[in-house]
Amino acid sequence: MATLSLRNVRKAYGPVEVIKGIDLDIDDREFVVFVGPSGCGKSTLLRMIAGLEQITGGDLNIDGKRVNEVGPADRGLAMVFQSYALYPHMTVSENMGFALRLAKVPKAERDTKVKEAARILQLGPYLDRKPKDLSGGQRQRVAIGRAIVRAPKVFLFDEPLSNLDAALRGQTRIEIARLHEELATTMIYVTHDQVEAMTMADKIVVLQAGRVEQVGSPLELYHNPANIFVAGFIGSPRMNVIDATVVSAGGGGVEVRLPSGAQIVVEVAAGAMQPGMPVRLGIRPEAMRIDPSGPIAGEVRLVERLGGLTLLHLGAEGRDDLIVQVEGTSAVEAHQAVRVSADGAACHLFDADGLALPRLARHQLVA
Amino acid sequence: MTDSLAKRILVAVLGWAVALLLFFPIFWMVLTSFKSETDAITARLFFQPTLASYGEVFARADYLAFAFNSIAISLGGTVLALALAIPAAYSMAFHPTPRTRGTLLWMLSTKMLPPVGVLVPIYLLFRTTGLLDTRSGLIGIYALMNLPIVVWMLFTFYKEVPHEILEAGRMDGATTWGEVYHLLMPLTLPGVASTGLLSLILCWNEAFWSLNLTSSHAAPLTAFIASFSSPEGLFFAKLSAASTMAVAPILIFGWFSQKQLVQGLTFGAVK
Ligand SMILES: Nc1ncnc2c1ncn2[C@@H]1O[C@H](COP(=O)(O)OP(=O)(O)O)[C@@H](O)[C@H]1O
Ligand SMILES: [Mg+2]
Repeated sequence: MATLSLRNVRKAYGPVEVIKGIDLDIDDREFVVFVGPSGCGKSTLLRMIAGLEQITGGDLNIDGKRVNEVGPADRGLAMVFQSYALYPHMTVSENMGFALRLAKVPKAERDTKVKEAARILQLGPYLDRKPKDLSGGQRQRVAIGRAIVRAPKVFLFDEPLSNLDAALRGQTRIEIARLHEELATTMIYVTHDQVEAMTMADKIVVLQAGRVEQVGSPLELYHNPANIFVAGFIGSPRMNVIDATVVSAGGGGVEVRLPSGAQIVVEVAAGAMQPGMPVRLGIRPEAMRIDPSGPIAGEVRLVERLGGLTLLHLGAEGRDDLIVQVEGTSAVEAHQAVRVSADGAACHLFDADGLALPRLARHQLVA
Repeated sequence: MTDSLAKRILVAVLGWAVALLLFFPIFWMVLTSFKSETDAITARLFFQPTLASYGEVFARADYLAFAFNSIAISLGGTVLALALAIPAAYSMAFHPTPRTRGTLLWMLSTKMLPPVGVLVPIYLLFRTTGLLDTRSGLIGIYALMNLPIVVWMLFTFYKEVPHEILEAGRMDGATTWGEVYHLLMPLTLPGVASTGLLSLILCWNEAFWSLNLTSSHAAPLTAFIASFSSPEGLFFAKLSAASTMAVAPILIFGWFSQKQLVQGLTFGAVK
């Protein structure tokens, strides 16, 4: 059992505020991912939860108890560091058993727990090795093992995969997800990689410059981003954003005019939109398709063939990097002139402040 | 690795030249110590070796008492310096404040002060507190004398240890002392050892304070050597014998610990 709640949590280094008041609830057994660009304060927030960084203001509660002043070891959390931070002079089993040794757990019991963790992580053959004699992936698993052995209430991960190569990253991602299932504990995971966030999280917390931009399930964030920042950050390849002007607003949506004069009806609630207002139109690459009668005309600048999919980079609507995702079998070539259409039901509209207008229809997977 | 043969020969020749240059005075001192006083004044290389000087030195002064003082004071000064410097360096390396840099520089700058500049106040302090000619007084002075260097060296070694390792220890339940004892100490042992060795050598060779603050009871080997340079004419053979006996222990010690010393001093570079 472990729930966390953050109430107006702040962190300042001298006069510089890097965490600017965060409110957040984390449920028991939830897999929460903090995601955001580098330097937005993810690590700082995680380290404040861990107890490694003092909290300047606000309340951090674990299981309903305020723990701002509780030391890191007494919060019942375990952390996996980006650099792994293994103890270089200890063997793998000593690394994993260190916390238990400090807690004066008898050796026999310690060994049992270390062996159990080693079994889960397939580290059995390496128990007597020093960290320097392990590969990157094995070190990573020892760092996780060190956390498992303590049977913590909450696991904290700070960009645990960033030092692994791509293949291992994919594999470890799956292992961590499996571990979450097997151990059934609360996990907080920090990453700047939105793919990791999308694939692993129950709940994503998007941070920017020390503030929460949006909290929600991966698909909620994908289909209903609250603002233009989240829209651009979640989803790969990025959402295309085009400056536009409102032509008319009504019950069926908002009609906008693009720089070329092309018009599209976006199925969002009109709210206070008036004709003539400047807006930004967001279209995900997969919401566009080649269509000889489509409203947007452009020239293919670059073709990225990924095999199953192909990404076309178009020069259109005053932009030269409008991305359209088409089938891998598409025969379109660079320098070809094409017309594309966009699915108005899948488009997003952002007002002058970058806030999203609510979609008229919720996506079926995001009830 | 790809250096040309000529360059390697040049480096070897230079290295040997420097080594011989540094070694020659010691060699000459040892040689002279086995000469008779008459042979000692001449600079001849071949002579009838004799142990007469050693015999006289032993007869005139209690070598073992001086040697014991040297050992006690050097060890004591080094242990005290390390005991003060380890917490100081830990705090500066892992919990720096905006003033840390300045404090370190200031500590080092005290080494630029000529010791004679504070001789009178220190002497008066020692006289008033009854520390003159005591081993504990000299231990205190030696520890303070080496403290800036010891703190600096430990600080640079500690700086090499990633913060996250200590933080992982803290998450695992280590107290501050536990972090130092279980993690920092084992990780920086080569560095701490070489710092200790250097401090020992500096203490052993120190002559200014020992000559000025001791007379008989607490006098170390540097005072022992000085007692053989008499104003009524120099007896080179006896002086050499006394010097040889004074430096022999630290030379032998240095010989055996040189690998450790070099390893420790290059600890940061090779990691
Ligand atoms: N000890 C510190 N002193 C001053 N500023 C810091 C300190 N640690 C982090 N910061 C600042 O806080 C911000 C957030 O850092 P961090 O949490 O490491 O970002 P992230 O993990 O999201 O990349 C950065 O702008 C960084 O410069
Ligand atoms: Mg970070």
